[in-house]
Amino acid sequence: MKRKKKKYFSRGVMFLLCAIFAILFLAPTVLTITNSFMTESEINSNYGMIFSTTTGGYVSEHVNLKFIPDKVSIQQYITGLVRSPEYLMKFWNSVILTVPIVFLQVAVASVAAYSFTRWRGKIRSGIFFFYVILMLMPYQVTLVPNYLVAQRLGILNTRWSIILPGMFAPFSVFLLTKYMRRIPYALIEAAKIDGAGEWQIFTRVCLPQCRASLCSIAILVFIDYWNMVEQPLVLLNDADMQPLSVYLSTINSGEIGLAFAMATVYMFPSLLIFLAGEAYLMEGITHSGSIKG
Amino acid sequence: MRNKHRVERGKDFLRSLCFLCPSFFGVCLFFIVPFGVVIHYALTDSSTADAAFVGLDNFKKLMTNAAFRLAAKNTLTFSALAVPLSVLLAIALAVMLESRIPLKSAFRSFFLSPMMVPVASIVLIWQVLFNFNGSANVLLSLFGAKAIDWLNSDYAQMVVILLFLWKNLGYNMILFMAGLHNIPKDLLEYADVEGASEWFKFRAIKLRYLSPTILFVTILSLINSFKIFREVYLLAGNYPYEGLYTLQHFMNNMFNALDYQKLSAAAIVMALVMIVLIALLFVIENWFGKDVEG
Repeated sequence: MKRKKKKYFSRGVMFLLCAIFAILFLAPTVLTITNSFMTESEINSNYGMIFSTTTGGYVSEHVNLKFIPDKVSIQQYITGLVRSPEYLMKFWNSVILTVPIVFLQVAVASVAAYSFTRWRGKIRSGIFFFYVILMLMPYQVTLVPNYLVAQRLGILNTRWSIILPGMFAPFSVFLLTKYMRRIPYALIEAAKIDGAGEWQIFTRVCLPQCRASLCSIAILVFIDYWNMVEQPLVLLNDADMQPLSVYLSTINSGEIGLAFAMATVYMFPSLLIFLAGEAYLMEGITHSGSIKG
Repeated sequence: MRNKHRVERGKDFLRSLCFLCPSFFGVCLFFIVPFGVVIHYALTDSSTADAAFVGLDNFKKLMTNAAFRLAAKNTLTFSALAVPLSVLLAIALAVMLESRIPLKSAFRSFFLSPMMVPVASIVLIWQVLFNFNGSANVLLSLFGAKAIDWLNSDYAQMVVILLFLWKNLGYNMILFMAGLHNIPKDLLEYADVEGASEWFKFRAIKLRYLSPTILFVTILSLINSFKIFREVYLLAGNYPYEGLYTLQHFMNNMFNALDYQKLSAAAIVMALVMIVLIALLFVIENWFGKDVEG
């Protein structure tokens, strides 16, 4: 009896802890979204003392972090998306950098992963080991070689200087290989006996088998590159080509409401993907979980 | 017969090369070959054709460079704090979600959601919280404490660590949940029958089985902690408070100065440090989890 009571108590504590953590984890995102629906004057009075706005009006003495706007307005969105096209352009820059990388990286990686799966041998496991090492290198290490090649190829300051290295990043090769190695060998053998060529086995047997993992890898790659800051800062000098992630930090302090709205716009695609593909994402993370084996 | 087998294997090898080709070509072009150039630059005195071999001179210069030392110190301090914290807290979250509580999958999604929010979108809130006039100081003043200039003092690293944890804990938690899931159930039941305490079960069984996951999460967090420039740059720009000057800031300055010698030497040093750290982690894990490896 006593033991049962204790069990319920500890479960209650766990639940409470989880709830507290959940609030901590959700609050920043929710705050950004709700604050984007505030009018300029409300933002001003709430955060004026931080971002030293010059537009005047009432400014409260202390910062006033609020979840619910006094008056819901989409004024900031109209300013950002309709009146000043540069935000849309920067958003488009993010898209045109990220989307090709996602598709190209997954395409290149799936072919390579098939190769690593189908044939094994000393040379290939050596190459695979090298891919793993490369994957583990911090960005600062690979950035220098990337820069030198981009310079030599004359693609510095063009989008290709980011897209091409992104296309060959070893991360998805590693993850996809791990997935593909779990496809039952009998399936491939059967296809071979039926007279299928390697390309056919790859496209008709292998790819359909790991459709889910392709999705989860695409999601992981997308998050990584949608969030990128370092590459464009080093490889793209031209301010017009910078993605929204870099540009957001340069919105000047007088337009803080606008910044909230654009921050929300920027997180919208990835949140949408999260809602649609959470199960895939979870799969993907789970299976990235071991370098050994 | 044996010859035929060998021909078959040779064909297989060629075919495999075809499939590997695009990826391997790209990796060679963008990583391996230029890394040779990086090594060349690091050992010579200029990037022109008539460069003279200078041995380890560039490395010596790098090691005595004040900016590099500051950046290396900051980055290593940050990793030393953030990596253990993210491992421990992620284990705690995973264990919490393992207990039988309602709304479990909702909590899991909530904890994972920061991963999907780009840092650029969230720094505004961090600025509101940790500005000198921000919410954190308002909260402090309620308790009568003095206001702190968070981003321009030694607390700055703490603010960034908070952001780092917020963003990365969910991912690590999922990894640990998978790890916990793989622990043989009968072992835990047996411990229950023997009357083992929860703490004993955690320490003697779960932690041992989690050791490969701990290794992986540590490596992952280590790599992520090297990427902290992103958070710092978006929060505090190119010229942050001294305590936030990271290796990537140093690299960016070297890129701007076109100092390929220092850049190359720095890249090599970082690669070596990373390899040594990871090898060390593997050795520790092998020793710690050797008797449960399946």
